[in-house]
Formats: sequence, C-alpha cells, structure tokens
Amino acid sequence: MVNSRDILETINMIDNEHLDVRTITMGISLLDCIDANIQTACTKVYDKICRYAKDLVKTGEDISKEYGIPIINKRIAVSPIAMLAGACNGKSPIYFAHALDKAAKEVGVNFIGGYSALVHKGFSAGDYALISSIPQALAETDFVCSSVNIGSTKAGINMDAVAKMGKVIRKAAELTADKDCIGAAKLVVFCNAPEDNPFMAGAFHGPGEPDCVINVGVSGPGVVRAAVAQAGDCDITEIANIVKKTAFKITRTGQLVAQEASRRLCVPFGIIDLSLAPTPAVGDSVAYILEEMGLENCGAHGTTAALALLNDAVKKGGVMASSHVGGLSGAFIPVSEDAGMIHAARAGALTLNKLEAMTAVCSVGLDMIVIPGDTSSDIISGIIADEAAIGMVNSKTTAVRLIPAIGKKAGEELDFGGLLGKGPIMEVNRNSPSTFINRGGRIPAPLQSLKN
Amino acid sequence: MRAVITVLGKDMVGILAKVSAKCAEADVNVIEVTQSILQDLFAMIMMVDISKSKVPFDELVDSLKKIGDDMGLKVHVMHEDIFNSMHRI
Repeated sequence: MVNSRDILETINMIDNEHLDVRTITMGISLLDCIDANIQTACTKVYDKICRYAKDLVKTGEDISKEYGIPIINKRIAVSPIAMLAGACNGKSPIYFAHALDKAAKEVGVNFIGGYSALVHKGFSAGDYALISSIPQALAETDFVCSSVNIGSTKAGINMDAVAKMGKVIRKAAELTADKDCIGAAKLVVFCNAPEDNPFMAGAFHGPGEPDCVINVGVSGPGVVRAAVAQAGDCDITEIANIVKKTAFKITRTGQLVAQEASRRLCVPFGIIDLSLAPTPAVGDSVAYILEEMGLENCGAHGTTAALALLNDAVKKGGVMASSHVGGLSGAFIPVSEDAGMIHAARAGALTLNKLEAMTAVCSVGLDMIVIPGDTSSDIISGIIADEAAIGMVNSKTTAVRLIPAIGKKAGEELDFGGLLGKGPIMEVNRNSPSTFINRGGRIPAPLQSLKN
Repeated sequence: MRAVITVLGKDMVGILAKVSAKCAEADVNVIEVTQSILQDLFAMIMMVDISKSKVPFDELVDSLKKIGDDMGLKVHVMHEDIFNSMHRI
C-alpha cells in the first residue's frame, strides 16, 4: 500500500494548497474544413468541433471525480483561422468567430482558442482580414480567444504587424469598454508562439500538429509556496531542490490525467505544459512563492533572480515526470490573475519595467496588465516590440496581453471576475515611439552565435 | 481497480463502522486499514478493491462523502493510481 504520509500529503495539496490540473485542451485541426464558400466552411468547422469534442467536458469531469483531482478547465484549440479565411476571398472572417463560439457553447467548454494568424514574416490576405476583424470578433463572442504571432527567432519581427496590433488591442478594448474592456483580455500577441500551448488566451492548434490531440496544463503555485515555506531557513540550493521535487509531483498528476483523457477520448496525447499558473485565489500565487523565498514584495530587486531559479527548477522537476513536455512550460506572471502580483502592483512595488525584466527569464511575457485608457496605440506597439525582441533574441516565447482601461487612469482598477481576476492600472512610459513604430518593415533575425 | 478512502476530522464513535458498512453494501472489499488519532484529529486511510462493486464509482464517492458530511468529516475517495504516480518513480 502507498505510504499513508504520502496519501495525506496529496490530500493536503488538494484541500489546502490549490493543487489542480488547470486545463485539458483538445487541439483540433480545421485545415480539412477549408472552403471557398464561407458559410460552408463555417458549417464544417462547427460540425467537426462538435463531433470531436462532444465528450471532452464529460470525460474531464469523470476523471476528476475518479482520481479526486480538480480539473478546472476543459478547452479547445483550433488551427489558426487565418488559414481558413484565406480561401474565402473578400468575406469577413467574423463568421468563423461566431461558428467557434457556437461550437464552444454546444460542447460546454469555457474557451476556444485559434482565432489566430501567424504573420512573423508577413501577411497573406487571410491574415490581414482576420487581424482586422479581431476586435469585432472578441466583442461579439463570449468564448473565442485570439492570438497573433508577430515575430520569431528565425524570422525576426514583423514591425508592420507590431504597428497593426497596437491599434487592434486598443480597438478590442474600446469595443468592450462597457464590459471592463474584456476583449483585450482575450487577445495575445506572441513572439515564438508554441504550436501546442494548452493555455488561453494564446492556445491554437499549430499546422504541424496531428488531426486531434490532447494537451494538458498543470498548475500548483500554492503547493510550491507551501513546500518552500515548510523548508524554513535553508540555502538557495535547497530551495531549488524543493521546487524540483514539488514540480515533479504536480506534473505526475497532470501526466496521469493526460494519459487517461487521451485513452478515454481515443485521441493521441500531445504534451504536458509544465507551467505554474496562478489564479486570483489567495494562496495560488507565483508572486507569493517569490516572497516566500525572502523578498519583501514581488518586484523588489532580486525578483528576477528568484524567478529565474523558480522557472528553471519547475522545468527540471517536471521534465522527468512527463513523457512529452511542450507548450509554454514555466512560471506565468499574469498580474491580474495573481493575488500577490495584484498586491505588489497596488503597493507600487511592481512596475511595468520590472515585469519586462522578469519576462526575460520566465514564460510568458507581459500578461494581463491593465494600462491607462489614454495609452496610444503606438505606445502599445512599442511595448509589443520590446517584448518580442526579448523573445526573439533569447530564443524563447514571449507574449503581450495588455488591457487598455478605456476611460480610466493609473491608480484605478478593472475587475474581470473569475480566473481573469482584477488589476490595478499600471502607468506606462509616455515618451512617444511613433516614428520608430511607423517605419514598418522587419527587424532582421538575430545571430545565433557570438552570444554575449 | 483499487481506491483509497481517506477520512479526516474530529474523532467520534462509529466512523470506521459506517464507512465499512457502506463498502460492504456496495460489495467493495476492504483490503487494508490504517488509522491514527493525534490530539482528537482522526485520520483513517482505507485501501479498497472496487472491481466487484455493485454501484458505479461516482455513486460510491457521493455516498461516502455524504457520510462524511453528516458526521462533519472530510472524506476523499480516489483512484489508487493518483498516489502511485505522484509518489513513486
């Protein structure tokens, strides 16, 4: 029989430390739904999603009950819709957004990702049409999430796309100003976007993926924090070891759930995403892990180093616990979704500049940051360009999910509710990058040698 | 298939009796029981074989949880594999 101490440890993790599997995400290829007639294409999209994912939610609930482990979200990621939209000459891709939303509601998932375009080297007609329709799509649907990849280490950064996305983010917020600007919270701008990411809002089913796949995202910042707290006065080497061991246990849970979901749904298992994903619940925070390591507040000098240690140790522990690792894999630092980050931002300890530095050592990027409503689209583009440059040069994924709080100023707050949380509006640097942003063109791909 | 039933809470008369009676009723065989009491805090861990169970697993979980709720105790019923995968390499 399993050691009773181990059993009680697991129960304690679930009951008191928020251990859960954050998401089971089914990736579905829609490339076989391409049709020149947009209505036909939308019907094919709706039918295929409903056919493949009809048992997804029920299976997730069954596994959750049988294994006693909470599985918070059941979600769907689909092929970048721009690839389908390209075939429908002159028609707005908005119809696809409605088809996705309808399918998500039919099968009962709480988000569907893939209203996306990959434009790191340039736009096709479908890409351009899709990107232009994003604000409307996010305003008119409830569950559709959108992402755009504007740069990569191999291609460089598409600055035309960077300039465009600044405007798209602003517009997405403006069109949903009466709903706390939630449109912008469902839109991610990536550099080096992974094709198998199960986490929203940036999930899409990459063109290199199989027809259908199950990807699982684990969680557990609360468990890691509790383990670090229990360790008491020890050196940093010991902290890293504790994080590794804990990450191993957390990931094993995800691996078991992923294998079981894959078996029951008769869909191949893709990857486990080893991310520490916080929620606004107190005790489920990445910031509090950093503070538990000995920082007065997240954002203090030393935060980047602590985060680098945490991010690396989570990967080292998690890699051994899973047969395939992918997605974003690391510690997330979404400000509005993390009680500790919210607290640090309110206290003035955590600034946008520090967050940008932190993103150089962890996944994913500037995530769920509320900025003043009068921030110009060029400044937003400047933030995107900086963040993409960090990802491009360091061969890692970076992302930007900013929410301009239309009609509000620094110091006020936005409240999205649920997992998206709430966040104080953080001030941005008001100096204009307009001329730089509006030059257009591409930042060439960086050298991969002579690294310094 | 084997499952682990854990009962945590304040010690009182009849906890083991009620849980094992419910198992017997469902044809669930108890393989091993360990229990400890630390300063009035009761912790019982029961390994059971549910392969011949007459009731679906989710119903068994609900009925055992109800016993816990009635007595003010926290009851978990979980597939054995969750512990094996988490704590064994």
